[in-house]
Amino acid sequence: MEFNRKHLLELKGLTREEITFILDTAESFKEVLKRPIPKVPTLRGKTIVNLFFEPSTRTRISFELAQKRLSADSVSFTAATSSVLKGETLRDTARNIEAMNIDMVVIRHGASGAPHFLTQCVKASIINAGDGQHEHPTQGLLDIMTLREKFKTLEKLKVAIIGDVAHSRVARSNIYGLQAMGAEVALCGPPTMMPLDAEQWQAEIFYNLDDALAWADVVNVLRIQLERQQKGLFPSTREYHKLYGITRARVEKAKKEITILHPGPINRGVEIESEMADSEFSLILDQVTNGVAVRMAVLYLLSGGRGAERFDESTN
Amino acid sequence: MSLGKPAQSVNRILFKNALVVDPEALTQKQSDVLVEDGKLKEIGKISAAHFSDPVIDCKGLVLCPGLIDMHVHLREPGREDEETVESGAAAAMMGGFTSICPMPNTNPAADNGEVIEFLKRRANGLLVDVFPIAAVTKNRAGAELTEMGELVEAGAVAFSDDGDPIATAELLRRAMEYARLFDVPIIDHCEDKALSKNGCMHEGRISTQLGIPGIPSLSEEVMVARDILTAEFTKSRLHIAHISTAGSVGLVRQAKEKGIKVTCEVMPHHFTLNHEAVLSYDTNAKMNPPLRSATDVEAMLAGLRDGTIDVIATDHAPHSIEEKQVEFDAAPFGIVGLETALGLIITHLVKPGILTLPQAIAKMTLNPATILKLERGRLKIVAPASLTIFSADEKWTVDKNKFKSKSKNTPFHNWELKGRVVGLYNNGLWWQRP
Repeated sequence: MEFNRKHLLELKGLTREEITFILDTAESFKEVLKRPIPKVPTLRGKTIVNLFFEPSTRTRISFELAQKRLSADSVSFTAATSSVLKGETLRDTARNIEAMNIDMVVIRHGASGAPHFLTQCVKASIINAGDGQHEHPTQGLLDIMTLREKFKTLEKLKVAIIGDVAHSRVARSNIYGLQAMGAEVALCGPPTMMPLDAEQWQAEIFYNLDDALAWADVVNVLRIQLERQQKGLFPSTREYHKLYGITRARVEKAKKEITILHPGPINRGVEIESEMADSEFSLILDQVTNGVAVRMAVLYLLSGGRGAERFDESTN
Repeated sequence: MSLGKPAQSVNRILFKNALVVDPEALTQKQSDVLVEDGKLKEIGKISAAHFSDPVIDCKGLVLCPGLIDMHVHLREPGREDEETVESGAAAAMMGGFTSICPMPNTNPAADNGEVIEFLKRRANGLLVDVFPIAAVTKNRAGAELTEMGELVEAGAVAFSDDGDPIATAELLRRAMEYARLFDVPIIDHCEDKALSKNGCMHEGRISTQLGIPGIPSLSEEVMVARDILTAEFTKSRLHIAHISTAGSVGLVRQAKEKGIKVTCEVMPHHFTLNHEAVLSYDTNAKMNPPLRSATDVEAMLAGLRDGTIDVIATDHAPHSIEEKQVEFDAAPFGIVGLETALGLIITHLVKPGILTLPQAIAKMTLNPATILKLERGRLKIVAPASLTIFSADEKWTVDKNKFKSKSKNTPFHNWELKGRVVGLYNNGLWWQRP
């Protein structure tokens, strides 16, 4: 199989074969990460710019680490230090950076579609590191990778996405990616957090968390953005926790093993009980580890890499 | 700016063998039309023999009252880089319009007699007539009524805070009551801003896929309902700008059945495009009200057909390339429309048989003229002649780079259309498209 895409903008439209190919490649890189010197020369000479127009810690560090592990030259900037504050447009920022001769741009932006827009402004490959409420494709891929490690196959696996689906880019990437891999997806949250026409995804919709837990093999617990309280989507974190917080008591009530994912950062005690985030059910730290491997795979494949070969440090 | 040969002053002119469309009688028949002293003199069989003044062969062409666009934005004063009265009028000519009504959301706003007089002065000597719509409230701030008496005297033909809704039901009530003094309509931009919030597109299937904040149908419909009830209560004339949802069409239909004095308009983009146009994040598919669902588009067509929708206007909204070449969220709302409207109407309403040619023409002539009490829009003998001559069959491809408008923000670039202006007669001036 060949991976012929130039950009990774969304998981919508990716085939099962393509996702499997990325994950297989990521597994080879995961092996690299376990070596004493976790570094390969694969992207030596490639230049990558990380444009972070929104605050991000783990995604940015994960991308930067992935780039270092692949020996790419990379620079990052964040909105606070960039010329954005001086009124420069995204188009100008991108074109100026491109004039410095770069191969790839990783972008995190508050506007849905900003990475698509960049593809029209510059010739470099674009990787979406989260755009508005649209998608966060590498997060979706690392979630799928983590589940594949545990369950071997996602075929018929029941994954419930819990929380503010309407405003979540993680939710969209999960829905498209998981469904492509043959998983069944359900959505659970208050009606104020369900997007209009969510039925189009052919996902089961639960308003009651216990019903979702009874149905699910896996729950992917979305981070509650506390500012949404002011926007009237929920009355208080207290009530949210009471109705939708993942607690040991509720999971035990379902009388089965339920695997827990969370894209982070966690609001402990809001969408998930602190103890549950660290419990035997949780794969949260595996997600973080896999994040680096998945991003290495994406960077490698988009720069023309041929796939799951053995990555040898001796060529260094 | 080249419009080919400039419009010539012609007092007497004969149009031979035109398909004359009468929007009052809803008829179309082969006839000759004679203009004398700038006035419509005769329609019928008129011999061209011994006629020394210009004779225009209109074989295969439609002749109708000059088209009126009752909803445009000219950006003057304030954003002359995007459009001026002159460039807007040139765009209007290319689109077949002899009359345009600019909305008051300029900078400064058209909320006093001087701005209205300024606009009239800027249009002086042009073929196209400009009939300004004045603000309902001072500075469009939604607090105090403007001096409507003075504004009407200066030439305002209606009142609107377009771009924004009339802020409160109380203000709307007072504006409608007061406007009755001058028998002018209140035109409202129906949108509950609290419901639209930071919305950028229609809230529905596509916004859910794209994760773009949505503008729900509800935000338009609650205001349409509020306005209709207020029109009923005040027994005053209400015109609803740019309706876009099936629910709004239903509300207006019911109101008309009850005899409430309400009229409404639709824009060509709301019956030719739906929210799927946003899938590519094209900022030229971003307007307010937004492109709605396919069901809403069907409702627009039904409303046009059964007469619920009285008027087709463009909401011509010029924006610079710099402003539109940004992320979807950051782009301003609106598209230019003057130069594509006639082609879209002929191609997408008349050719498929949704409207007859006279019905379509009535929505751009007789109906807006009636709402705004303009002495035009009819083929009335002895009235000053305002005429549009166009081909309903000429195929052409929209090329935004050839627009006379200063702005090129259109989603219709490269569309193949039928229906294109050939010539205009207005203000004693005759112009032929180059």
